Amino acid sequence: MSPELVILLTGVLTATACALLGAFLLLRRLAMLADAISHAILPGLVAGYALARGPNLWLGALGAAAAGLLTVVLVELLLKSGRVKQDAAIGLVFPAMFALGTVLVTRYFANVHLDADAILYGEIAFAPFDLLIIGGRNYGPQPLWVLGGLTLINLIFVLLCYKELKLTTFDPQFAATIGIAPAIMHYALMTMVSFTTVGAFTAVGAILVVAFLIVPPATAYLLTNRLAPMIALAIGIAALAAVGGFGLALLLDASIAGAMATLAGVFFAAAALFAPEHGVLAKRARRAQQRRQFATEMLIVHLANHEGTPAQAAESELAHLQAELRWSPEFATQVVRRASEAGLIARTNGQLHLTEAGRHLAQRVLAR
Amino acid sequence: MIDLLLTLFTDYTLRTITLGAAILGLVGGALGTFALLRRQSLLGDALAHAALPGIALAFLLTQTRATPVLLAGAALTGWLANLAMLRIVAETRISEDAATGIVLTVFFGFGIMLLTWIQQRGSAAQAGLDRYLFGQAASLIEEQVMTMGLLGGLALLVVALLFKEFKLITFDPVFAASIGLPVQRLGVLLTSLIVVAVLIGLQTVGVVLMAAMLVAPAAAARQWTERLGVMLALSGLFGALAGVSGALISVSNGHLPTGPLVILSATLIVIVSLLFGAARGLVWQRWRARRRVQSAPATGAAFESQESWR
Repeated sequence: MSPELVILLTGVLTATACALLGAFLLLRRLAMLADAISHAILPGLVAGYALARGPNLWLGALGAAAAGLLTVVLVELLLKSGRVKQDAAIGLVFPAMFALGTVLVTRYFANVHLDADAILYGEIAFAPFDLLIIGGRNYGPQPLWVLGGLTLINLIFVLLCYKELKLTTFDPQFAATIGIAPAIMHYALMTMVSFTTVGAFTAVGAILVVAFLIVPPATAYLLTNRLAPMIALAIGIAALAAVGGFGLALLLDASIAGAMATLAGVFFAAAALFAPEHGVLAKRARRAQQRRQFATEMLIVHLANHEGTPAQAAESELAHLQAELRWSPEFATQVVRRASEAGLIARTNGQLHLTEAGRHLAQRVLAR
Repeated sequence: MIDLLLTLFTDYTLRTITLGAAILGLVGGALGTFALLRRQSLLGDALAHAALPGIALAFLLTQTRATPVLLAGAALTGWLANLAMLRIVAETRISEDAATGIVLTVFFGFGIMLLTWIQQRGSAAQAGLDRYLFGQAASLIEEQVMTMGLLGGLALLVVALLFKEFKLITFDPVFAASIGLPVQRLGVLLTSLIVVAVLIGLQTVGVVLMAAMLVAPAAAARQWTERLGVMLALSGLFGALAGVSGALISVSNGHLPTGPLVILSATLIVIVSLLFGAARGLVWQRWRARRRVQSAPATGAAFESQESWR
């Protein structure tokens, strides 16, 4: 397997593993808790290394995952104490854990290769050279095994617990009444997030893990209203960001993880602007459309009100509409033009009057 | 201990580090008060991460490492990040915490990409840009501390002048708007001041740990008082205390990094405050609840459950 392909596959697998869980994190408003976990695993990793008296993958990963869960528990405890709110609880726990980790690293592992910045932004470019060797046999790049395994486990978790996750996400009270404990699902999800973060950060760095956990699901959330398509879209978008980011990084000769995160951000910005239903432009267009429709209905009702009264002649002039409905001349002309094109009004001798269709609409509007 | 305090006045490095950490603690503590009460504790985290691309861009454009230039870049992207967050929350259905996470990771990722790009192009002067990631209090020089002091003094002055307005938009934005205060613009100003605090922190504790300097002192101060003015002063005091003790421990221990020790000191202050804070300390609550149970066994349990609800 060529090194490029290994890097690409590692990126895509990370993207998939993260996006699977990220959709639930986003909907449960736990995005920043994921960020906290990714930082807080450092002391656990160091503790694992200390136990093994050197960099040891398994003990390190175990310690790191435990530290991730400890973060969730500590945040929960702080919240339960009622003394701080969720944002502050997160902001108190993870810097403390990270600081502790940094101090431990400098204190005990000053000469071991364990840079705090390597943990933050990793080096996916080394993925092809980190080989899994068991009993002298070479099984190929280790990150592929780790991330492939994580993707599989996360997929099984989401498939098996889909109903439970969905219910506890959208209606925890109802879930509790039918016997699904929201707390258990919360800790199950956070356990998976911890393991995913730990498994992925040596390959791609904590920041990219968090970016993949949050940004593609958020992008997908703008594109669909249904959970299953949202998860599928999130995976697709994340994979696309991984592939495109790799290309961008090659082009610029820059950090691959950084480029992948940047591209994920570009996709999010595009969705925020152009998404068909929830995009900013679509919303603006919808608002303008509503404004036009409202104006037409106002015009019709206004004409209907004065139909058959002595004031009808005066009330039906274009200039008068401008004064009474406080429309600008251009806007009034536009409204009148659209209404006559729609066959709602007609114009004779400079005066507007309702057509049969217009009278009908006026009655319907007034009956609302 | 006495020796250490004496060297504080004679030793240049120690004095500079300690002063820098104290300024950071004071300003971060004071501004963190508003962030905490406005439930924006993680805003500082996002803004600190968003400062990274600004530092890289400023270096790319000017090819200098002068602190004011890099800080100007950091301020610009930090401010842009805040704007992006505000727009995302206002115009899409993404919630505030997710918007924070999106802005944080994307800006930071972009910053890392720029930083590595600069490194690959091999200009030797880039060495040192990445020290903003974790801060390097030990390399602070008097000039930088003076810049920090100036920025911090300015931020505190604005807080002092607009104290009443900030208080109103923090506790009752609806009322503030009804009496004609520009709530949104004051909010942006407050956030801009937080950006200033972040700038001060970048060189001392770095991007990652900056969040704590805005949260921890304020969260600790909150446990001692119910009054904003007192909380503000206490928070600044706690921040400065954490800064000074972190710096002193790090120097007396030789090679332990200053930033993390400042954060750990602040965390210790939080733990003590959560337990023993005069206004809301958990220990006093326990104690009061037990006395109540003893004096009125019938209603005690009800009281206690109500209390834990709060």
